[in-house]
Amino acid sequence: MQMTSLSSRSTAHQHVDRVVTQSARMAVDWPLMLGTLLRHALLISLALVMLLPFVWMLLTSFKPADEIFTNQLRWLPENWALVDNYTKALTESSLLGYMGNGALVVIAIFVIQVVVSVPAAYALAKLDFPGRKGFFAAVLLCLMVPTQAVAIPWYLELHYLGLLDGFWSLVLPFSLSVFGIFLMRQFFLGIPDELIDAARMDGMSEWRIVWCVVFPNAIPAVVSFGIFSVVAHWNDYFWPLIVLNSQEFYTPTLGVVDFRNAESGTDYGALMAAATLVVVPLMAAFLLAQRRFIEGISMSGMK
Amino acid sequence: MALPDALQRYLSRHRGHRAEALWGLALSGPAMLLMLVLLIGPLLAITLLSFSDWQLGMPAMGWVGVDNYRQLAADDVFWQAVRNTAVYVLVVMVGAVGLGLLLALLIEGCTRGKAIYRTLFFLPVMASLVAMTIVWEFLLHPEFGLINQLLMMVGGEPRSWLRDEDWALAALCVIGIWHQAGFNMVLFMAGLTAVPRTLYEAADIDGIPRGFTRFRLITWPLLGPVTLFVVVMTAINAFQVFDTVQILTQGGPSHTTEVLLLTLYREGFEFFRTGYAAAMTVVFLGAVMLITLLKTRFLEKRVHYS
Repeated sequence: MQMTSLSSRSTAHQHVDRVVTQSARMAVDWPLMLGTLLRHALLISLALVMLLPFVWMLLTSFKPADEIFTNQLRWLPENWALVDNYTKALTESSLLGYMGNGALVVIAIFVIQVVVSVPAAYALAKLDFPGRKGFFAAVLLCLMVPTQAVAIPWYLELHYLGLLDGFWSLVLPFSLSVFGIFLMRQFFLGIPDELIDAARMDGMSEWRIVWCVVFPNAIPAVVSFGIFSVVAHWNDYFWPLIVLNSQEFYTPTLGVVDFRNAESGTDYGALMAAATLVVVPLMAAFLLAQRRFIEGISMSGMK
Repeated sequence: MALPDALQRYLSRHRGHRAEALWGLALSGPAMLLMLVLLIGPLLAITLLSFSDWQLGMPAMGWVGVDNYRQLAADDVFWQAVRNTAVYVLVVMVGAVGLGLLLALLIEGCTRGKAIYRTLFFLPVMASLVAMTIVWEFLLHPEFGLINQLLMMVGGEPRSWLRDEDWALAALCVIGIWHQAGFNMVLFMAGLTAVPRTLYEAADIDGIPRGFTRFRLITWPLLGPVTLFVVVMTAINAFQVFDTVQILTQGGPSHTTEVLLLTLYREGFEFFRTGYAAAMTVVFLGAVMLITLLKTRFLEKRVHYS
């Protein structure tokens, strides 16, 4: 808007006819402005609907029970029970402990996945070795296999290893990510051979090349994959539900469901506080680095 | 045994590549081994188990041929699960793809605020579905739920959504759409930025009106491959619906929300009827792979990576 008014002012005293066309264009802009307005109105109302669960979760976590169990619709609490609800969520279930478990599990999974898949991806992208084609074909095939399809054999393996219901039962099955291998390989293909040859001339072993030359160059891909992996496992419910019995190993998802079952609909304020606490860590990280997150998550679409 | 032989043959063919071949094997060895233990082996095991009558904890197993599959074909609950899953996938596919496309188009047309909108609509994708499912349960609460309260304000009739045979699956579909639309929006936005600006400029010159005509003539055809991709992704994700069902309805009321993974979970990990659950898994896996293969086939033909 500012641009057009400026340019129209500068041309006004020179050519009257151009001013006429300018104002004609301004007149045509009205529907456009109306369109923009409508567009934003529509987007904002859609956003309100989509965010309603979050808003309601937060608002309810601030309310005392008598304001929750009422037929009167009121958005903001009259008496704030914020401290009460969050204290209850943190003390009546060991939510903090579960979140600690969750953090440990996702970090362990990610570290192991990187250690296993980066060398393999490098070998697939840059080295010639017997069985390479077969290995890559197997990677492509395994990309199609969802976790749930191998859950029974995993369960049996862990059962016979005596590892069920423990930290490693949550980590070991995910130590290999074929998606990670696939993604890293694609990325490594773009690293110039000259760089690697130069490192070889310097007498570096392939192992050192992987970690000192290739890996530092692949940090963006590793970060994207990390976000994908961490989000997937922090939010996972199916697998922990299958292998865990003991509360001491619970992850946040199991913890919050357990809390809900224990409360059985009597204390929604504290329950919403618990849900908020489980959702917040990833949410905060997402808001801090949204572009990376969106890249990382939508990457899973590349499979 | 086969690997050392292959290595020997390989090395005699490529003299001087010895070190490279050994490094290649060493570096990919752990991944190959884990793949064998965690994916290839289990896939074989699940296929074998599906022809057995084994149950976890039983000392012996017997081969029963296709009995499990025959039993599956005669199992009413299984067919109910298949039907419900199909309905769920279809509804969520249409809803989440449509909403994703609408959002992407609306946002792409903005001159400002794009990033903010994208972030807001992506939030449901990020949030733990399990935690949000519990929030949804409260939203849908028959007496104190926000949805019923809002409905009554406009003169609607309150319902006990998750206990209503006609509405429980629909409620789950709504949650599914809510959860997936933002993901599709991001994929569509990526597709839209790939549409060359020059085409729209050409449309300006040719006087093609903005809005729907332009969308139909330019945007939609160029968005075709992305759309197909998004549709398949959504279908695969929807096919794996479990969390919401397990938490909210447990398949009820009267099996109206019974879905494949829930049935599989119960047979495999609650009743421990391993052989039977294995047969169900094979069917499930077959369906997922079929959808994925369709995607690969279509996309290889239609997408032009430039």
